[in-house]
Amino acid sequence: MNAPERNNVELNDLTNTTGEWLRGNGPQADIVMSTRIRLARNLAEFPFISRASDQDRADIEKLLRDRVLRIQEASGELLYVNVSDLDRLDRQFLVERQLISREHAEAQGARGVVIDSGERISLMINEEDHLRIQCMHSGLDVQGAWEQIDRIDDLISEQVNYAFHPRLGYLTACPTNVGTGVRVSVLMHLPALVLTRQLDKVFRSLQKISLAVRGLYGEGSQAMGDFYQISNQQTLGRSEKELVDQVTDVVPALIHYEREARDFLIKESQQTLHDQVSRAYGILRTAQTISSEETMHLLSKVRMGINLGLIADLPMLTLNELFIRTQPAHLQKISGVELNTADRNIERARFLRRYLNREEDGNGGKN
Amino acid sequence: MSAPGRICLRAAMKCQKCERPATFHITELEGGKHTELHLCEEHARQYLTQGEGEPGAAPTIAGALAQQLAVGQTAEELARLDQRSCPVCGITFYEFRNQGRLGCPHDYVAFEKELEPLIANIHGETTHKGKKPKRGAGGTQQRTELIRMRREMKESIQQENYERAKELRDEIKRVEEAKE
Repeated sequence: MNAPERNNVELNDLTNTTGEWLRGNGPQADIVMSTRIRLARNLAEFPFISRASDQDRADIEKLLRDRVLRIQEASGELLYVNVSDLDRLDRQFLVERQLISREHAEAQGARGVVIDSGERISLMINEEDHLRIQCMHSGLDVQGAWEQIDRIDDLISEQVNYAFHPRLGYLTACPTNVGTGVRVSVLMHLPALVLTRQLDKVFRSLQKISLAVRGLYGEGSQAMGDFYQISNQQTLGRSEKELVDQVTDVVPALIHYEREARDFLIKESQQTLHDQVSRAYGILRTAQTISSEETMHLLSKVRMGINLGLIADLPMLTLNELFIRTQPAHLQKISGVELNTADRNIERARFLRRYLNREEDGNGGKN
Repeated sequence: MSAPGRICLRAAMKCQKCERPATFHITELEGGKHTELHLCEEHARQYLTQGEGEPGAAPTIAGALAQQLAVGQTAEELARLDQRSCPVCGITFYEFRNQGRLGCPHDYVAFEKELEPLIANIHGETTHKGKKPKRGAGGTQQRTELIRMRREMKESIQQENYERAKELRDEIKRVEEAKE
């Protein structure tokens, strides 16, 4: 059986694509990068992961892999990646693409992920729950993402016996997810609210209506590059539609605040802002060594500059691609060698110079 | 915005902030680093509830357990509770508190009374509203029997009681086939 080799080949293909969540072409894509919904599901006849033996995990993985691959999904051909067979770099690569979680990457034992070629859906097997179904759509598309994930969930539930309690709903390993098991999450780029120091105020009002704010890579992660995920906390006592509507209703207000803050910055301090954006762009095009954090920070400024018309020669898609291609695992996979931190920073700077100066000269990618 | 990772009860140690015995041992997991804190009930409560005013802080099991303490459960009551275990998967309430994850679907039934205030605390509600699975929505209870039998079979093998293990294996097979 040569499944792992096949996985690696197909994983390497992904380095050339952007992935749905960074495509930046959905509704309100200048501020909302992507919409993601996940469902936590468990099989009734197995213990939860923390209590599962190696044999249980292997049985769960085999059963779910078989059943999930039976479903027909419109958004592309399904690919199974055996995560336990992957090396550390490939696992990190999938984390950076948001196809698996950090916990799934670092876990032990039989586990895998089913993804579609468009990278819109990912189904993690043996994460914290037996099955984590995830749908990602570009821009603000909560309704579209919900319709897709609801359909996938229905198809799978015809094939397996989900653990379900008449009063408590879908049973999950952690009581924070019990009930619907749904997390609706919108990834927003809010640089102007950060610059005008209004973010805390906004987040406080979100917390009052029990919405959570997280960094780019979920729980506990830093808010890199002014990206924030807004998501529901409550999963029990409200229907999926109510939870979807709650997020759908609040995001336009946040978009409005961010636009107001951007207008304010343009009106009150255009020169300072233009200077900051141009300097950020300048560093990215000329630096000789640069960390991932600094890159994210500067790319965020440039992204806002493009949206405000302060930078005209850089397409948004190119910029969005850089957010992912400059991350550690992507950089190493693209350059084809494993690098330590110092060498990565040099390689990242070289990559950025080549990429950004090419866009400007239009000379076809050679430096 | 750090979330307390795990809390557990141990004995005979002094609180790091006062002279009382430390009954709470908290392990913070941040960026792959472990930091241990040993606190008395009062200081543990203070520590675990300090992050609650922060914007956007997500609910945590540890936070909800601390809330439960705050509404009147003493460490002694919790210690008694900790010894209860699930007849299906064998997890104790102590182990659940320690790792923040339940052991099997039946825990929601076995620990119903203990989990109820916790769930109410996290979600503000205790009754599901929303979709139901296409098949087997009511059959979870019967299916958890498979979890118990597999565990018993494993234990029988460990105890070299192969007769019982064989009986269980046949029984599991029968249930699995009936289910398909």
